[in-house]
Amino acid sequence: MRLFSTLLIGLSSGAIYSLMALALVLVWRSTRVVNFAQAGQAIASTYIGYLVISRTDNYWLALPVALVAGALIGALVDVALIRTLNKRVKSGPAAEMAPVIVTLGLLGLIRSTVGMIWGGDLKAYKAPVTNHGFTFGTTTIPFSPYNLLIVITTVIVMAVFSIIFQKTNLGLSLRAAAFQPEIARLAGVRVDLVRTIGWAFAGGAGAVAGVLVTPSNSLSPNSLDLLLVLGFVGAVIGGLESLLGAAIGGVVLGIGLAFILEYVSTSLAFPSAFIVLILVLLIKPSGILGKKGGRGA
Amino acid sequence: MSLIIENLTVRHGAITAIDSLSFRVNERELAAVIGANGAGKTTLLRTLSGLNEPIGGSVTWHGESILHTKPEDLVRRGILHVSDGKTVIPELSVKENLALGGLWRKDKKDVVVATDEVIDLFPRLGERLTQSADTLSGGERQMLAIGRALISRPKLLLLDEPSLGLAPLIIDQIFQTLDSLRHKLGLTVVLVEQNAMSALGIADTGIIINLGKLVTVGKSNDLKSDPNLRAAYLGY
Amino acid sequence: MGEVHKSRSIRLLVFIVIALAAFFLSNVVDELRVFQGASLSVYIVAIASIVLLTGYSGQISLGHGALMAIGGYSAVLAHNHWKVSIPISFAIAIVSTAFFGSILGWAAARLKGPYLAGTTLALAVGLPSLANQFSVLGGEQGLAFDVGAPPKSLGSDFTQYKWYFWICALAALIIVWITQNILTSRYGRQWRAMRSAPISASLSGIQIGRSKVLAFTISSGIAGLAGAMLVMTLNLVTPSAFPLSLSFAIVTGAVLAGVTNLGGGVIGALVLVAIPDIADLLAGKMGGAEKISANLPGFITSLILIVTVLLLPNGPKLSKLVSHKTK
Repeated sequence: MRLFSTLLIGLSSGAIYSLMALALVLVWRSTRVVNFAQAGQAIASTYIGYLVISRTDNYWLALPVALVAGALIGALVDVALIRTLNKRVKSGPAAEMAPVIVTLGLLGLIRSTVGMIWGGDLKAYKAPVTNHGFTFGTTTIPFSPYNLLIVITTVIVMAVFSIIFQKTNLGLSLRAAAFQPEIARLAGVRVDLVRTIGWAFAGGAGAVAGVLVTPSNSLSPNSLDLLLVLGFVGAVIGGLESLLGAAIGGVVLGIGLAFILEYVSTSLAFPSAFIVLILVLLIKPSGILGKKGGRGA
Repeated sequence: MSLIIENLTVRHGAITAIDSLSFRVNERELAAVIGANGAGKTTLLRTLSGLNEPIGGSVTWHGESILHTKPEDLVRRGILHVSDGKTVIPELSVKENLALGGLWRKDKKDVVVATDEVIDLFPRLGERLTQSADTLSGGERQMLAIGRALISRPKLLLLDEPSLGLAPLIIDQIFQTLDSLRHKLGLTVVLVEQNAMSALGIADTGIIINLGKLVTVGKSNDLKSDPNLRAAYLGY
Repeated sequence: MGEVHKSRSIRLLVFIVIALAAFFLSNVVDELRVFQGASLSVYIVAIASIVLLTGYSGQISLGHGALMAIGGYSAVLAHNHWKVSIPISFAIAIVSTAFFGSILGWAAARLKGPYLAGTTLALAVGLPSLANQFSVLGGEQGLAFDVGAPPKSLGSDFTQYKWYFWICALAALIIVWITQNILTSRYGRQWRAMRSAPISASLSGIQIGRSKVLAFTISSGIAGLAGAMLVMTLNLVTPSAFPLSLSFAIVTGAVLAGVTNLGGGVIGALVLVAIPDIADLLAGKMGGAEKISANLPGFITSLILIVTVLLLPNGPKLSKLVSHKTK
């Protein structure tokens, strides 16, 4: 039973890591940039969701609003920053580092803006369903309706993205632009527009992750930093190259951490994640699903 | 109306890749651009299709400038460039690669018609529709790239070394197909080739460039029979 | 080679002049400025570590705040448990952080751009909080660090902060001098070769992996010293002294003046020290609410970072980069 409930907990937290990993992979695939600002975009979207909740007390409304906000912010970041970056920094030692530094700067910028608007004290974020574990007879497992909500929402988001990517023309354009932007251009794909849409999708996914994870954690400008790191680890485990990889990587990480937390020790969560990250990067840098040369560019 | 290039100059960093190049290709003509490696042929096509920016000169197609325009916008004006080297997207299937050519088009019915025509033209592609494009041979990839371009119903086709890396038999096939195709569809074609013989064989005009500069322009028959040119540039 | 000796002597002279000027200034300005002078020294050292690692060997690190934490904790633990003197505590900080850095560097040498960035980011986010778990590290309250009062020989009105400033300034001058020498040595040239032309570098015999690890080790040692200096000025080492924003701030400071420019790092440090003052000024104009004044420094730092990279991706002193011959 303990095994089973640990598995379920891991599934729930893994689902959130998958969403964040998905957001990172989406941007990586389309722009070859690891978007550290994702945490900032997500926290801003989550605060916007908070605005909705504090006024209407309606979580179900907050979720889509945050998602749309996340998508808009993502698109804005691409248009304002990344396009400028591409135009100005073509080569030289700065070229490799500039996107990293810019997304980092953006992370700090958004976080501090959020802090200036809302302050740093923790805000409560009411979950729409109870966080009390499911009860079967006399036993209560640590998996609650709220955890179930997380898993279901993640599955829906993943499914929607899968369908978009594999079955629609937009998805084909997105994939083509991500794999071979030049060939895609020569075939008539509006690569810049499509890339912005990719960033919007990523922003939306990150926003959903933020809104899903916050009720259990309370909201503050820094509350998603750890999620960014764990999402990154999940993405790396899954290979950074495919959406499926993001999903699998996140879940694997979630379950792995749940087991360590339950059976080994609670204080080892971060070091374990870190060690897993290093191990994966060193042993199989292309991740579980990745192809050769995944570690480089 | 034609493709008119005047005083085109393109730089790569400190190197002048194309130097005051001027020539013209009439509508429905096939012009072969010939020269040694590094002559600037690829740069020329990339400039025509919008991938490179020139620093001077003008290029007009049907009287309108095609410079300072993104490649994807030129596609919508009927200018299609099949590049050298990487021509298809290996991570996508053959069918998806073809579909790319029709994504931007509004007339979806015609896209279906065009796709069927391409499959008739290149039956090998039809056999491999669901396969990943990286399983294709060099010749098949060339067919796929050309097929994709055709689905966009081009008016001006820019081909960069379609024979590169292909066996002589396949090269013949490709050139024969190109020849009959451009006559059937009334295409204007700029064909860049190192394989001067095959190119001049189907071309109306030959344009010889060296180190970015124009050497000579002439009817392909005349060029083929000029012994100096043959020795210097055509390799025989 | 005469050229090198001559420029070295000139540099030494410049350093001595700066040192004298600094010590003179510390006697005439007020306590706040003296304390800021100490902070400036801390930043200069921290930025130097980034210039070496990122500017020269081309490896990005977002986790140097965590390395500073290691240095800080090592110094305090050594001082408190073994009762060693300040210079020895600092030395222990350098060595222990360098040791950790060598291990990290071994992993880092195999990682490229975003993967390295993400890994070091993970370090920055997670490592300081580890201190909360272990009581020997003092948990959230941290450990006190008391280096003692300034020696009597300096006079009875020699304040504590002036003492800190003198120690920090001296440490900064020494470290910058040493770093400058390292950067102009053949190791520095190797790193620059690796960074700008990795293939020809390895073809000419440079062992890239080892060179990278060396850079990471030295950089970590320097960062460890910065951490020790920092906790000395705070009298305290806690996890909250090393937030994520610290790692960002020192990267910003390094990037500001062109990440390959050690001298420019001083300018970067100056900007970093000035930001809280500027922020306070602005916050006052904006109503002075706590949430504004707490976040404005971070906002300004991030803004500067973005604007600098977008406008001056290779740093303002481009000429210093260009003519480097790497045979």
